[in-house]
Amino acid sequence: MSARDRVLGRVRRALADVPADSVPVDDVAYEKAVDRGYAREHGVRTVEETVDLLAENLADYRAIVHRCTEDEVSDLLMRLYAERGSETVLVPPELPPHWLAAADPVRVHDRAVSTPHELDRVDSVITGCAVAVAETGTIVLDGSPDQGRRRITLVPDHHVCVVRVPDQVVASVPQALERLDPVRPLTWISGPSATSDIELDRVEGVHGPRTLEVVLMSGE
Amino acid sequence: MSGGTFVGMPAFPAAAREAVGDTTLRANLRHATHTIRDKRARAVAELSDWDRLREAGKRIKDHTLRHLDRYLVQLEESIERAGGTVHWAADAEEANRIVADLVRATGETEVVKVKSMATQEIGLNEALEAEGIRAYETDLAELIVQLGRDRPSHILVPAIHRNRGEIRDIFRKEMADWGRPAPDGLTDTPAELAEAARLHLREKFLRAKVGISGANFMVAETGTLVVVESEGNGRMCLTLPETLISVVGIEKVVPAWRDLEVFLQTLPRSSTAERMNPYTSMWTGTSDRDGPSTFHLVLLDNGRTDTLADEVGRQALRCIRCSACLNVCPVYERAGGHAYGSVYPGPIGAILSPQLRGTGSEIDASLPYASSLCGACYEVCPVAIDIPEVLVHLRERVVQGGEATRGGNRVTLKPAKGHAAERAAMRAAGLAFARPGALRAGQRLASRTRRLHPRTLPGPGRAWSATRDLPEVPVEPFRDWWQRTRGGGGRTTESNGQ
Ligand code: SF4
Repeated sequence: MSARDRVLGRVRRALADVPADSVPVDDVAYEKAVDRGYAREHGVRTVEETVDLLAENLADYRAIVHRCTEDEVSDLLMRLYAERGSETVLVPPELPPHWLAAADPVRVHDRAVSTPHELDRVDSVITGCAVAVAETGTIVLDGSPDQGRRRITLVPDHHVCVVRVPDQVVASVPQALERLDPVRPLTWISGPSATSDIELDRVEGVHGPRTLEVVLMSGE
Repeated sequence: MSGGTFVGMPAFPAAAREAVGDTTLRANLRHATHTIRDKRARAVAELSDWDRLREAGKRIKDHTLRHLDRYLVQLEESIERAGGTVHWAADAEEANRIVADLVRATGETEVVKVKSMATQEIGLNEALEAEGIRAYETDLAELIVQLGRDRPSHILVPAIHRNRGEIRDIFRKEMADWGRPAPDGLTDTPAELAEAARLHLREKFLRAKVGISGANFMVAETGTLVVVESEGNGRMCLTLPETLISVVGIEKVVPAWRDLEVFLQTLPRSSTAERMNPYTSMWTGTSDRDGPSTFHLVLLDNGRTDTLADEVGRQALRCIRCSACLNVCPVYERAGGHAYGSVYPGPIGAILSPQLRGTGSEIDASLPYASSLCGACYEVCPVAIDIPEVLVHLRERVVQGGEATRGGNRVTLKPAKGHAAERAAMRAAGLAFARPGALRAGQRLASRTRRLHPRTLPGPGRAWSATRDLPEVPVEPFRDWWQRTRGGGGRTTESNGQ
């Protein structure tokens, strides 16, 4: 007998004491078994207040938050890279070109053949995002062409993420999951990499980027 | 033997007595558990619907366990459709063999690992070592444990028993043997220690071809696996290597994508007391040129179906390993994680280990007693596992024997040796609790004579109290205090801990 049959057989025998359901287990039976009476979001907020909450919670987990309009984004990004002294910046394949129109650093593209060592030599990375969650201060990347492969936001030490507000902002985790496609690889990021392994003192950055800057970019 | 048992581990009472005498350990633990505990209470208070989320989490898990066969088969289909391969392992040996074969097929002799309780449970690192494959732990705390040739002592903060000075010494002494040495003049500030770990491990991540992980959740409907972490070592292991092998217990499956909305709210707040942990990775099979091109999932039983067969004990499989119960447990706080002799310490370990491994060994038979039954663990548990209920049930099993399932077969267990005195004590306690009047009178009498009480019991009770200090009897029995301070009208209020 295969291990698969053995394990499944044991599961079935283990449940012999539980009465079989009268209806077959399908999605309807499942909906009945679980009461979803919990909140879809916590509290009542205007759209602006939701964006403010996102900014507050991002900052609370030590991301650096900036705000600008779409017209100002390229100047802002130029300033951020200049202040940090970044000479190279990784860009996903379809980042809106005008975002970096004013920035000096050399653009590096993530190619399938580039090794992690090559990525490690890049100073900064810039991406868009799929959705941002206000209540938890989280940005979610889904590998779309303006966000690139998972590894580009992991290896460099400095990540700048541009969030379109208010379109890409939701209040809560349940609302975020509704918008996401599970088939895509998803990365949820709440503040920079952190550890509390040494006497529970929070230290930023063990493995992921030590600096996370989030630009909240509004339409006008 | 399963690799999860710490060989030569003394039974809980002896191990705990030793740990309690270690003042550094106690100070480290006290600081850590109290810090997390207070933060957690604040994080939970932010969500007005906490009780409903907790109830939903419990129901989702119960429903899944009730139909586990169906959801496992569905998960397998979803993952294979998404380009992954699913393997099944009935026990530790089978799982280790599968993983070793998969690694060997890649031609590699090194793997990077993200902290995973399932692989610790089966002793995977040791099994790979025996095959000439070196497994590098990459979580900072796991690195401290691995370099210190130590064992983890907490689910979430495995090196919680070490302070910064000890960690610096371990890094200075051991790092060079495993790769990049510690920087010269390394001090004990957490930031410098983290930087040393970053440099040491980065070298391994960047060249790794094979990654090994566990998972916090697996979604049957979509085939998605979820790993929740803080440092980014998880992301490194999940995305940089060409081959990814995940070893996951069969109880980690949830039916639907939207179920994650419950657990992604309750898990971070219960474990690190954060609104959200810094990183969560979700992947479904393999993706076009993003991340590993080969993905294997090893579904692990190793005692889980035996646990599932126990009507009272099966609720332990709801556990999402948040570790909240450890942080509130007065026994854990004093004894530390090592005393439990298993990768699952604290209240959850006390009910999970004896079920996964059986109560045949002395340590496993002693674990159901590693609790004061105060109920704090049940109160904080985000999936409402009634740990005290299971503890009492397992104590009964240890003392009286009875029906159980081992290795998929029904067996009748004999009472464990050395518990005769306990049987007598339990019977006496049963009598007293069944007669409230007698209990009350006994307590008053005990209060009045408290200064005369010995620290160990005489006569047949000696064996029992040899491993326990008898509690000091309070000046006033609790019942009297309750009556005096808020009684009145003879009303009795019972809190069920909700
Ligand atoms: S038993 Fe409950 S509180 Fe303890 S680790 Fe598991 S889920 Fe968390």
